[in-house]
Amino acid sequence: MRTFAKGLTGLLGFFLLWEIAVQAGVLPDYWVPPASEVATTFVTLLGQQEFLLAVIATLLAWLISLGVAIAVGVPAGLLLGSVPAVQSASRALIEFLRPIPAVALVPLVMVTIGSGPDAKITLAVYAAMWPILFNTIYAFGEIDPVLLDSARAAGANRRQSLTWVALPHAAPFIFTGVRVAASIALIAVISVEYIAASEIGLGRYILEGGMNNGHLDQVMAGTVLAGLAGWAINSALVGGGRKLFRWADTEERATR
Amino acid sequence: MSTMLEVSGLTHQYGQGERAHVAVRDLTFTIESGQLACIVGPSGCGKSTLLRCISGLIPATGGSVRLHGDEVSGVPDDLAVVFQDYSRSLFPWLTVAKNVEFPLRWQKVPKADRKRRAEEVLESVGLSGVGKKYPWQLSGGMQQRVSIARALVSRPALLLMDEPFASVDAQTRGELEDLTRRVQRELGSTILLVTHDIDESVYLADRVLVLSKSPAAIVADLDIALPADRDQITTRESEQFVSLRSEVARLLQSPQVQRTGEADTTDAAHAAGESGDAAGARTDAGSGAGSDRFTETHGTAESSDETATARS
Repeated sequence: MRTFAKGLTGLLGFFLLWEIAVQAGVLPDYWVPPASEVATTFVTLLGQQEFLLAVIATLLAWLISLGVAIAVGVPAGLLLGSVPAVQSASRALIEFLRPIPAVALVPLVMVTIGSGPDAKITLAVYAAMWPILFNTIYAFGEIDPVLLDSARAAGANRRQSLTWVALPHAAPFIFTGVRVAASIALIAVISVEYIAASEIGLGRYILEGGMNNGHLDQVMAGTVLAGLAGWAINSALVGGGRKLFRWADTEERATR
Repeated sequence: MSTMLEVSGLTHQYGQGERAHVAVRDLTFTIESGQLACIVGPSGCGKSTLLRCISGLIPATGGSVRLHGDEVSGVPDDLAVVFQDYSRSLFPWLTVAKNVEFPLRWQKVPKADRKRRAEEVLESVGLSGVGKKYPWQLSGGMQQRVSIARALVSRPALLLMDEPFASVDAQTRGELEDLTRRVQRELGSTILLVTHDIDESVYLADRVLVLSKSPAAIVADLDIALPADRDQITTRESEQFVSLRSEVARLLQSPQVQRTGEADTTDAAHAAGESGDAAGARTDAGSGAGSDRFTETHGTAESSDETATARS
């Protein structure tokens, strides 16, 4: 809880600095509305059904994307991590696909899938799958042979060793991948909503605010909400991970 | 007394062709039921390979291993292994009790039985009441006790121990040695322990097998006729212990042991250094027999005086 309080202090400090910068004229207020104005708009928007539906649409798409990315990334990582032949055969393909940004695929997806919710989910899955895949491969590749020997010497067969030793050993690494993927999926969903002009969603809302000249407070309010959502999701996952995996300190490795 | 373990013509080589490395060559010996046997040999002589072959963790490239008459292929049900590195061999996500129960999971033992047996065996290694803790919350010595408990819980016919006390401090090492002898007698188990520590092998064993440098071959098979009740201080200062210890040390220094070393003098010095170091550690542990033993074993310690002092 202390880290949460510290994080909150940092955030409040940032908003305060923003307010001062605009009020003092360092940032022109026709570009950036002051934090107080954005805050007022933010509160008003929270009472608006239209805005709330947009937020729900975005979060729902995010949740589905993350779920699919886990469902694809973990088994694929397991296969790649434990069967060296498959890994070497697919390495070039993976290294080719990985650096392609999800938004670069927007035109392709719009032509093939359209700009509905499945389009943003597809691209978010694409973007979010990599950290999960890589952390899973790494986790299974790095497993200490002594640990597996211990399991085998204790009478566990190959399948039992995989389920009861390799999987729990890999879990914290995979979880770190999921945490990184969660932020990436949120960025991807909102970006695609914005670029592909989805019918509904936070990205679409920000786009509209920007196009209707003078609604920069709405743009900023939407942006702030995206930031807050990302922060809340990450904090929840970090806290959950600490509780679940007290025996491993992968958090340190992940933030390094 | 029946034969528990029969190793005949055991050979293991890593790799093929020119790059092949023969770790163990044509090794033959037997271990009787109820014996506590120690294999002592210089570092890197293939002791661990030997143990992995016996336990069925890796298939030997030649020869055979029989456990109470049955050919070993894959890890036998009634065999358990204690590894040197407890921090890598215990499962950190499981509590101490769950770690100890682990081998019983695969034997269709009812849950209540598993729990009870884990408690019993933890008590016999002096760890009652820590079942709900996690291994990493315990000291190194206690963690190795957990490993021993886990190995004993399925009442194995043969317990293999690979340098089990090499990662703990001297004081704890003495305690664990006594613990090993006590549980071995209480349970009547057969133990084969591998070590590079001469003192430890003599103190623990009913029988010491001296191994040569890689590829490992047996150069001596000594009966240790010390009294069954051993004491860290009085046993270690007894004349019998000192002379046995010196005999093993001399054997390890003999050209026979060094014969296969690739004409590498630094390696030989290293092996001697190790034994000397062990002697030094013993003195530190306050066994009280230090001066005596040092005169006796001067031959061994000579080349390694520096090492011993530097470390102490």
